[in-house]
Amino acid sequence: MFEANTLAVVFVALMGLSILLYAILDGYDLGVGILLPLKQEDNSDTMIASIGPFWDANETWLVLAIGLLLIAFPAAHSYIFKELYLPTAVLLISLVLRGVAFDFRAKAAFSHKPTWNKVFKIGSLLASMSQGYMLGMYVMGFESTFAAYSFSLLSALGVAAAYTYIGACWLIMKTEGDLQVQAVAWAKKSGLICFIGILAVSVINPIINPNVFDRWFETPNMLLLLPLPLICFGLFVYSFFVLKKLPAENDKGCWIPFTAASTIFLLCFIGLGFSFFPYIVPNKLTIWEAASAPESLSFILWGAIVVVPVIFSYTAFSYRVFWGKVQELRYH
Amino acid sequence: MLDTLILSRIQFATNISFHILFPVITIALSWFLLFFKVRFVQTNDPVWMRAYRFWVKIFALSFALGVVSGITMSFQFGTNWPKFMETVGNIAGPLLGYEVLTAFFLEAGFLGIMLFGINRVSPRVHTLSTFIVAFGTTLSSFWILALNSWMHTPQGYEMRNGVAFPVDWLAIIFNPSFPYRFTHMLIASGLTASFLIAGISAYRLLKGDDKRAPKLTLKIALTVAAILAPTQALVGDFHGLNTLEHQPQKVAAMEGIWHTEKGAPLLLFALPDAEAKTNHFEIGIPNMASLILTHDLNGEIKGLNEFEGNHPPVMPVFFSFRIMVGLGFLMLFVAWTGRIQLWRKKELSPWVLKTLLFMTFSGWVATLAGWYVTEIGRQPWLVTGVLSVKDAATDIASSNVGLSLIAYLILYTVLMIAYLHTIFTMAGRAVEIEEISDDEITKPVITSAIEGLK
Repeated sequence: MFEANTLAVVFVALMGLSILLYAILDGYDLGVGILLPLKQEDNSDTMIASIGPFWDANETWLVLAIGLLLIAFPAAHSYIFKELYLPTAVLLISLVLRGVAFDFRAKAAFSHKPTWNKVFKIGSLLASMSQGYMLGMYVMGFESTFAAYSFSLLSALGVAAAYTYIGACWLIMKTEGDLQVQAVAWAKKSGLICFIGILAVSVINPIINPNVFDRWFETPNMLLLLPLPLICFGLFVYSFFVLKKLPAENDKGCWIPFTAASTIFLLCFIGLGFSFFPYIVPNKLTIWEAASAPESLSFILWGAIVVVPVIFSYTAFSYRVFWGKVQELRYH
Repeated sequence: MLDTLILSRIQFATNISFHILFPVITIALSWFLLFFKVRFVQTNDPVWMRAYRFWVKIFALSFALGVVSGITMSFQFGTNWPKFMETVGNIAGPLLGYEVLTAFFLEAGFLGIMLFGINRVSPRVHTLSTFIVAFGTTLSSFWILALNSWMHTPQGYEMRNGVAFPVDWLAIIFNPSFPYRFTHMLIASGLTASFLIAGISAYRLLKGDDKRAPKLTLKIALTVAAILAPTQALVGDFHGLNTLEHQPQKVAAMEGIWHTEKGAPLLLFALPDAEAKTNHFEIGIPNMASLILTHDLNGEIKGLNEFEGNHPPVMPVFFSFRIMVGLGFLMLFVAWTGRIQLWRKKELSPWVLKTLLFMTFSGWVATLAGWYVTEIGRQPWLVTGVLSVKDAATDIASSNVGLSLIAYLILYTVLMIAYLHTIFTMAGRAVEIEEISDDEITKPVITSAIEGLK
């Protein structure tokens, strides 16, 4: 049996891990969707092929994250999703559309393929933006003010840019030839927008949230936290220098932008988590107030301790199987 | 203007009805695929690989629709039914959690290898991946049916301040109706997939496809259906007896029995009248209901009068039940007719093929009808004796729910048209492909993402 307070922390950590993995993993495949060119047929097939074996498992992290919120913090789940009812509906419908478009574009009558490509692209974009919007509203404590809506729209663009960036980095790693050259150009552009977005959110967030401000600029915290934005900034600068030289001979360093982007995601996530912990609904509900019964949480935790490492190992196996440059996607 | 409660109910029914259509195919279809794959490994006969390749694409498409329509479910509990999790979240949460942890990741993780990895892993690992996907889909239904059955026949919990707390997890999972509902659902999936395979294979044969694969899959599907259909009738009967024991008001609604009676007739048709608490135009077999339910011609069956104000609406339960049973017997009859004809004449006559094509999606109708019987039959409860549906509903504005409902309805209509159209397009395309050559065994055939182009 685990202690109730510890359980709440363990579960919020597990949920945070799922959200982070979701943002990185589904982030790159949503990004590839946003980048899908509607004209160059050949490239669009290769791009889709690069995410084909993974997108389904990537999306499962969202189901786990939402599932953990529902299971471990049911009060927070209903509070958050009642506030975000319509953006959630937009998110779900976009995810449905892009998920099925992935299959329909390959299987439906050939004349319908351009339509499903469009659905895939728009669905990916709307799903990313609605996630950004929901994140913005969450950060703003679900206020119905002009400031909150503006911030959420900014956040919507920021998240879409971040996903596009990591999607472009994924393509640099997984493709070759003219598509790789194209992906480098995409990464440069979206990386810049993403950088401006992160900067804007980091400046605006403490200004409009006094609690966040206090937390970041108290003396011991400030020194401890300073490395976060510094490393983040450093990684962006480093990535830009690397991107300038890509694609390099023998494809050296094609994995660097993706790794850097994932690390940036991780740092931003830690920063965000730090701004609000232990609140699960900002300024309203802490993880301890919202947690389920300890006997239920213990029951899942035992399972999670056994199962999560297994999930990691077969996910790693799947990535190893499809390691290297993407080949034509074929059912065998 | 409809209120939030009724809109939420329609939305949930819409979402879950759409969702179940795809798992009910993929649960059993994955085992069919494993069978095709294993037979290929055993015999090295390319026809098995041909069957596998065709059906794995339909599997992938159905699976994708199942996954994406399932994601909406995990959000809806919170958005539309907040009191559900607040009251029984301590029970429902872990069961849903185990479904995600043990089943979803397993399916999704190995699906990529199963679909796209045959040339990247050894044949053994590929077969194993196919098995893991099949096992994962079945495990997923295990957890979700454990939760659903617990909502019908809750056990192993105690109420503290209006909130359910787990006491005995084994009693919660293996609650009284679970073994019956789980078996009933798995066989329903087997029948749905069998009739889908038989129907599409029949379509190909009717279109003049003279290859071995559709004939082989048709034969296998008919054989499985011929075995499963009578088994399902038996399991359904046991399930009904279990329901009589735990939810007698549901059985009273299914049988249209308004007043407790001895020697109750089995109604083949009637028009239940909730106002007058009686049936019109009854056609029934005397004493049969009593015989089936109590194994005594004069056995007493409790009527709806014993559950005044606490029983489900009769009309939808009564008719759904008849649609399910009627279809079940039709499937039994068609499967046996087809299988016997195949056995005697080695091929099916055009009218049997046409009947099978007509019944391609009969499993869907029967499955939905069956779920309507059991779910509407639980009303007015969401969790029997613990939480009523109306107490669980959200308080968000009805216009928001109305908006999302309309969006879902449009979306699902479009997707359903696209799905059906695509399946028949794929079947039509398969008709035109040349019969496989021998070197296909050693040299993998390119069926690219742009199938049909090559």
